[in-house]
Amino acid sequence: MNIDKFKPTLVYTIYIASTPEQVWQALTSAELSRKYFFGNAVEVDLRVGGAYIVRTPDGALHISGEVIECDPLRKLTVTFNVNWPALIEKLGPTLVTYEIEPAGDAVKLTLIEAHDRPLSDDILSGGRQGWPAILSALKSVLETGHPLVIKMAPPERMLAALREMGIKTA
Amino acid sequence: MRKPEFIYVTYIETTPEKVWEALTNSEFTRRYWFNTEVKSDWKVGSPFALVMDGKITDTGEILEAELPRRLSYSFKHEIDDAMRNEGPTKVVFTIEPYGNLVKLTVTHEGFAEGSKLLDGISKGWPAILSGLKSLLETGKAFAIPPVALGIERFE
Repeated sequence: MNIDKFKPTLVYTIYIASTPEQVWQALTSAELSRKYFFGNAVEVDLRVGGAYIVRTPDGALHISGEVIECDPLRKLTVTFNVNWPALIEKLGPTLVTYEIEPAGDAVKLTLIEAHDRPLSDDILSGGRQGWPAILSALKSVLETGHPLVIKMAPPERMLAALREMGIKTA
Repeated sequence: MRKPEFIYVTYIETTPEKVWEALTNSEFTRRYWFNTEVKSDWKVGSPFALVMDGKITDTGEILEAELPRRLSYSFKHEIDDAMRNEGPTKVVFTIEPYGNLVKLTVTHEGFAEGSKLLDGISKGWPAILSGLKSLLETGKAFAIPPVALGIERFE
C-alpha cells in the first residue's frame, strides 16, 4: 500500500518510565493490551503484510488491518480499520504509526493517526478522545504493573456523523 | 481552519486536589518539570513565573484559579529572542474527576501563524505532563535529558 498520500490528523506523545522492549511488547501482545486498551486484545503477525487485529473482550473482531512497516523496538505502522460495514468505502483506511525512542531514563512513544482524505472534526473526535485514554493507561500499566481500566463510550457526535454517512455502528 | 493551539489530555490515577498541588507547588514541579519552580500566590490578577535553575524562563498573570478544577494563566516566554517577541499566550488546566481517575486537559492557545513558541511548547508539555502523571501514580518522576525533546536551545 502506498502511504505517501496519508496526512496526520493526530499526533500524541507520551513518555514512559520503561524500556523500548517493554513498550514494543505492550503494543503487540494480546495479554498486555487487554490491561490498557479498554480490555481489547491486539493480535499481530509482525511482518510486513501480516495481519493486525484487535478483538473486544468477548472475542469479536473490532479492528482489522495489516502491517505496513515493522522495525522492531522502533516503529510499527498498521492499517487500523474499525469493523463497521462500509467504513473503509466511505472514510478510506486509517493508518496508525507507533514510534518508540529512548529518552534518558524514559521512552518516548509517539502515536500518529493518518488518513488519505480530509475528514470532519466529528469523525476525528473518536481518535482524539480514545488515544489519550489508551496511551495514558498503557503508561500506567508499564509503570505500576497494574491494569488501568478507563470506561469510555465512543463520542456521540462521531456516531451521529457515521450514521449520517450510512455507516452502521452497531 | 483551526486556530493554532495545543491540546493535551491525560488520565491520572489520583485526586483533583493532588493534581492542583502538583501544578502549583515547586516541591513537586522541581521533580517533574525540568527542575522548574512555579512562582505565584495563585490569586486572580497575581503575577506568575516559571524559574528554571534560578533563571526566569516564562512569565504571566493568573487569569482563573478555581481550586481544584480550573487554573489558567497568561504565558509569555522570556529567554529565546524569537519566542520573546511573540505576544502573550494562554494556558488553561482543566481538572475533572473521571470515575476513580482524574482527566487533566491542558490547552495552550493564542499563537500567531507559524509560532516558534507553539512548536516549543508542543514538545515540552507531553514530557512535563508525563512526568507529573508518573510522580502522582508511582511517587517517582524520571529524568529526560532536555535535548531529547528536540527544542532548539533547550539542552
